[in-house]
Amino acid sequence: MYDFTALIGSITNLLNETFSPFWAGLIMMVSLGVALLLFYAVLGLYLVYAERKICARMQNRMGPNRVGPLGIFQTIADLIKLLLKELIYIKNADNFLFNIAPFIVIVASIMAIGSIPFAKGLQAIDLNIGVLYILAISSMGVIGILLAGWASNSKYSVIGAMRSGAQVISYELSVGLALLCIITYAGSMQFSEIIASQQDGWWLFKGHIPAFIAFVIYLISGTAETNRGPFDLAEAESELTAGFHTEYSGIKFAFFFLAEYMNMFIIAAIATTMFLGGWLPFHLFQWHGFNRVMDFIPPVFWFFGKTAFIIYVMMWFKWTFPRLRIDQLLALEWKYLLPINLMNLILIAFLTLMQWHF
Amino acid sequence: MEETLLDIDMQEKEEYIINMGPQHPSTHGVLRFETCLQGEKVKYLIPHCGYIHRGIEKMCEHLTYPQIIHLTDRMDYLSAHINNEAVALCIENAMQVEVSDRVKYIRTIFAELTRIASHQLWWCAFGMDLGALTTFFYGLRDREKILDIFEETTGSRLTQSFNTPGGLMSDIHPNFQKRIKEFITYFRKKLPEYDQLLTGNIIFRERTKGIGMMTKEMAIDYGVTGPSGRGSGFHCDIRKIAPYSAYPFIKFNEITLTEGDTYSRYLVRIAEMWESLNILEQLVDNIPQGSTMLELKVIKAPKGEFYQRVETARGELGVYIVSDGGPSPARIKFRTPNFSNLFVINKLAAGHKIADLVAISGSLDLVIPDIDR
Amino acid sequence: MAFLKTIKEVGHYFYEIYDGAASLVRGMKVTGSYFVRPSSIVTQQYPENRATLKMFDSFKGELMLIHDENNKHSCNVCNTCARKCPNGSIEIIYKKVEGADGRSKKILDKYIHHLETCSFCGLCVPSCDELALKFDQKFELAVFDRSKLTKVLNKPGSSSKAMKE
Repeated sequence: MYDFTALIGSITNLLNETFSPFWAGLIMMVSLGVALLLFYAVLGLYLVYAERKICARMQNRMGPNRVGPLGIFQTIADLIKLLLKELIYIKNADNFLFNIAPFIVIVASIMAIGSIPFAKGLQAIDLNIGVLYILAISSMGVIGILLAGWASNSKYSVIGAMRSGAQVISYELSVGLALLCIITYAGSMQFSEIIASQQDGWWLFKGHIPAFIAFVIYLISGTAETNRGPFDLAEAESELTAGFHTEYSGIKFAFFFLAEYMNMFIIAAIATTMFLGGWLPFHLFQWHGFNRVMDFIPPVFWFFGKTAFIIYVMMWFKWTFPRLRIDQLLALEWKYLLPINLMNLILIAFLTLMQWHF
Repeated sequence: MEETLLDIDMQEKEEYIINMGPQHPSTHGVLRFETCLQGEKVKYLIPHCGYIHRGIEKMCEHLTYPQIIHLTDRMDYLSAHINNEAVALCIENAMQVEVSDRVKYIRTIFAELTRIASHQLWWCAFGMDLGALTTFFYGLRDREKILDIFEETTGSRLTQSFNTPGGLMSDIHPNFQKRIKEFITYFRKKLPEYDQLLTGNIIFRERTKGIGMMTKEMAIDYGVTGPSGRGSGFHCDIRKIAPYSAYPFIKFNEITLTEGDTYSRYLVRIAEMWESLNILEQLVDNIPQGSTMLELKVIKAPKGEFYQRVETARGELGVYIVSDGGPSPARIKFRTPNFSNLFVINKLAAGHKIADLVAISGSLDLVIPDIDR
Repeated sequence: MAFLKTIKEVGHYFYEIYDGAASLVRGMKVTGSYFVRPSSIVTQQYPENRATLKMFDSFKGELMLIHDENNKHSCNVCNTCARKCPNGSIEIIYKKVEGADGRSKKILDKYIHHLETCSFCGLCVPSCDELALKFDQKFELAVFDRSKLTKVLNKPGSSSKAMKE
């Protein structure tokens, strides 16, 4: 049920029959690209909206409620405003790098979406090293941030960019190690196989306590990698005004802004796939009736539901905690998360070796 | 304050100068910190003030005594009522009249409400400085209740101008006492929430403990008063040292802590909110009957010099009036708490990170118009 | 002994982690509890609630000269309010007319209130012996043109109660 493999396959066959292989491939790629871009833009806008609504509720406010019912078109209006805004030319900026930086950031996050499995078969590309690919691509974004800070020729921007560089490079380690735990359990780096290995239970539940620890560490370091929440030192509104994107305006600023939210989505999507069974429905022991009902809910809903939950938790972090200082941020990574993570990995390797997981 | 860091040849010194302000989110107004950084570390900084200098002291020389009151609202706008009270008390002392007990009680109640409101706003802004954005809304939500009490009686929310030499502009509203009692029970429930959200938070504690150490000697040297000074163990509460208005009639504790770091300055303010609630509770039911305004034909200070100090939410406010016997002062000088509190920041922040500078300036609770006047 | 000390330190390391995490959870409980309670929303929808939004009686809004139903006010041009005003926001323009008893008398021509310089200190209202002034509850005082802030408070065709005609 709800298998997209056949549908995608038939479309591919149709294209291959009507066009030459070159054109068929091109049409596939273009249509996929357009679909992903549209998805990216709409999802980004609605994540912004969701964040504004959620933080409003936490702060005893109502949030946007003027544009459209419940303000659902507010972010679209904001986007139009940003599109129409003047792109301010910075006098002593390195213009080439200044202009290219937002694109690097946004391209990195668009490329990462390509390998996220939304449902069975609904995945742009199922690489056999999917996890490695996502880690590699998503860490490219920091280059854009560093360039943005450097090219702006502003002191605040440079400090923000340097902080961001130190932060992302450190937390990459924890993200990688936390995911490595699940790779050890599943025995594969391919997303479809990792999901298949969770058919009889999500890794969060059947991976014992180490999987839970890995999940928590992943959430923390994932939040840090997106420069959000209590780890938004790169922007640090109260210290650096806006950090690396102080000098950006109009649509270039919007790119940074969208990329931040999409990175959050990607982090949450990976957490869903690795720890929470991706698009698999929630099954409870041998309660077949219950499980059957769960099966009826389409996998896309399962995927987005779980992702939304994790995004909510990340927003919850952001709107509750004060910001860390840069040395505390690095101390948290190197003194706490990394040692725990390494011990955790050894434990998991042992558990896998002994076949003690369910 | 004429020297600036920009004059120094920076290439030679390899210093990284950052201008924080006059438009910067964490300076809470138009204050400029010329900050010399080494990496993330603050080597030293020079505060520049004067961006919002309006010449209040000079303007006062052309106004009659009752007219001066409304200008003092605009100095430390967060403790507007206490500023008014200082001027009114000084003029009353000069004229050697004594207001009725009713006026004294009401003034004290207003002063304590102002103190709570001011500390609430400080709490929101301090949370914001440290990146906890939700604190801002919780603090403002509770402050709104106090502003409603103010508005019902005085007609204004922020700059009340409720005091006048010889009494009050009007009597209290019939709902006044009821609303205060409601507020006390409401806020007693909400204050623990402040602790859960911010005080206990591990990130917050790590950010503030041991940051911006101010010794008692330093506080005395720089004249740092108010909760900032009391956080260093400096007993400087004017309400205790030189009680005025209704403070002699009530029991309360002066809150002092000895650590002298940002965290202890924070704790002093939180404890002061509790203490102010206690003071309010003692006063609110016991407002004596009496007139709220003395029948003064002319308000003129006799020839001479007069000084009155009060405890505002930020420290000691001194009003110094030199009178030549006319209807307006020959010279007036306000010893504002923020001006003294500001300049210690150079000592406190040097050697700490730039993020700590924000925390320290937040913990000193600066109101910029009060610095510049 | 050294061994025990190490154990203690390790215990302290984990206690720190636990304590920190617990404090974070306490904070999240506060924000989370507000998130699930929409009734805790305190903001009001401003232009929508215009009909029900009422300022307190003592609210210091725009200054106004009280007119009764016969379009009469009680200003007798004593100029006290203008003298009390610290900002010189009140300007009173009067005419001199010959009274019935042959003595010249001041009557109000224009009572001008410069709202742009008014700081709402409230000294003018209690200063009036005739109780001719009061503060309105109007609070939407923003205008696009500064000249609109110069207000003439006496209504056209109004006259003073003191004048007997």
